[in-house]
Amino acid sequence: MNRRMIEEKLFKGLMLASLLIVLGSLGLIFLTVLKHGLPALNLAMLTQTPKGGYYLGKEGGILNAIVGSLCLAGGATIIAFLLGFPIAIYLQFYATRRRIAEVVRLTMDVLWGIPSIVYGAFAFILMLWLGVRASLLGGILALAFLELPILTRGMDEAFTMVPTALKEASYGLGATKIETAMKVVIRQTAPVILTAILLAFGRGIGDAASVLFTAGFTDRLPDSLFRPVASLPLAVFFQLATPFPAVQQRAYASALVLTALILFISILSRALANKMKKHIIR
Amino acid sequence: MQETLEQTPSKQDYRPPRFPIRFSRHNADDLAKRTTGLIALLASLLVPIIALVLLFRAWPILTSKPLQELLLGTSWHPYKGIFGFLPFIMGTLWVTILAMVITVPPSLLTAIYLAEYTPSRVRSIIKPLIDLLAGIPSVVYGVWGVLTLVPLVEHNIVPLCREHLSWIPFLNSENPTGFGVLSGGLVLAVMVFPIIISVAEEVIHVVPQGLREASLALGATHWQTTKHIVLRQALSGVAAAVVLGFSRAFGETMAVMMVVGNIPQLPRSLFDAAYPLTALIANNYGEMLSVPMYDSALLTAALILLIVVLIFNILSRLVLLRMHRYE
Repeated sequence: MNRRMIEEKLFKGLMLASLLIVLGSLGLIFLTVLKHGLPALNLAMLTQTPKGGYYLGKEGGILNAIVGSLCLAGGATIIAFLLGFPIAIYLQFYATRRRIAEVVRLTMDVLWGIPSIVYGAFAFILMLWLGVRASLLGGILALAFLELPILTRGMDEAFTMVPTALKEASYGLGATKIETAMKVVIRQTAPVILTAILLAFGRGIGDAASVLFTAGFTDRLPDSLFRPVASLPLAVFFQLATPFPAVQQRAYASALVLTALILFISILSRALANKMKKHIIR
Repeated sequence: MQETLEQTPSKQDYRPPRFPIRFSRHNADDLAKRTTGLIALLASLLVPIIALVLLFRAWPILTSKPLQELLLGTSWHPYKGIFGFLPFIMGTLWVTILAMVITVPPSLLTAIYLAEYTPSRVRSIIKPLIDLLAGIPSVVYGVWGVLTLVPLVEHNIVPLCREHLSWIPFLNSENPTGFGVLSGGLVLAVMVFPIIISVAEEVIHVVPQGLREASLALGATHWQTTKHIVLRQALSGVAAAVVLGFSRAFGETMAVMMVVGNIPQLPRSLFDAAYPLTALIANNYGEMLSVPMYDSALLTAALILLIVVLIFNILSRLVLLRMHRYE
């Protein structure tokens, strides 16, 4: 074996080791959360709101946080979709000059990179100016900023994959651009759009830094847009910060619930996308 | 006049009636164009709007204290009106740079492996797993760090270094716990894996196949081809991937804050506690807004974060955009 063959083998070994490190850390995270979370998990945690003294180790559950997170992420996803969908349509159909489309896409990519804590601070300033206190509405606002670039770029990329011939066939029949977009392109890209929506929804559920000041925290179930609302990541964070081992155990269980929820959304989006793919014209 | 119009209804003469508006299909298209264009315009103004709003709120402290004192001051006493950001800036830099040192080699090797050495069938199994890593909430990373990394640092790495390696600068520790720069760096390193891998894999993948074939035909080994031909072609894109990873690590909040110790000091070793900018904002913003200048100081921290992340993001995105244009 000469030197270059040794080098070949060496680097192949290093690459395999790297891949193992990456996949191993994924496995390790899941195992750790499962190992510590499962013993503390019980039905009461999923079906009850915190009772008095919950944070001292008394009974109750994190239903408030689960429902709160779903409301926050759901609302934010709806708003982000209502804004992101027109932007994706504009990029794909109406941005006649390539430079404009590039600037908008660059903006979306840059927005994607802005830390969620900055969105949280920005949304909090807007809330101060509008006179809104920490509430479901504020949390939705902050998360919508966070989700907007994810959704927009996801849909934009989906639209790009549609064959030009299909659009031209639609134009050839006399359809306008918006008709082509709403009646042909949407159907063609529905699975990918759905994936993007679920991806953004998952990101909204998992993010803590942006809802920290904007949504607040409460032991009640969400009942009004203008009241504080609990969220799952913050429930994990606050329970872990208490000095009581029993409550910390519950933080692990809450982390397990959060991880399971994210995994479920991720698998669901893949399954739905695969199932709907058969309706696409190729 | 009226007669001629009726006689020659040519297309040039026709003007759509201003009122009442007839809502035809083409009006609908025009309306869609205007609305979507307006929303896109507003969205692309979002970055400057966020920057200006933060600047506006940070303005009181920026004008009342010299920038030098703010950025290089080492003491932080909000109640006395002393705001020195250096401990927090250094905290962020220590954690982020350490994370990059740990994460870059395995991320790039994995990206190369996925792009160059694996058949597409295997890749289609591994890539969703790496996407999964990107989807894990940062709080869960934090919990993992508290449960696994902090004890590892405290019980294994620190005693080992204290016994054998304490003569190396940065490796002597007085911190009795595992909460510190090393734990933060390790958590961040894992969080940055998926970003660098997915971006780098993509730019390596688009290097033209002909280049590889030419190199292999000349008798180069697979690795030689990768090293001399493929990576050289993809170099700027790979650099962009690393910079994107850096800015992601720079702005990460919850996971770091849970394992890094949060003591405002200048870290002197890998095991010292640190207090990154993001943790400063997360721990203090929203409360104690009655202390003068405090809110302004915290938003200055947010502004620093935003500016650094913006510069890095714009640079790397421009590089990636240029690569795709040549594609």
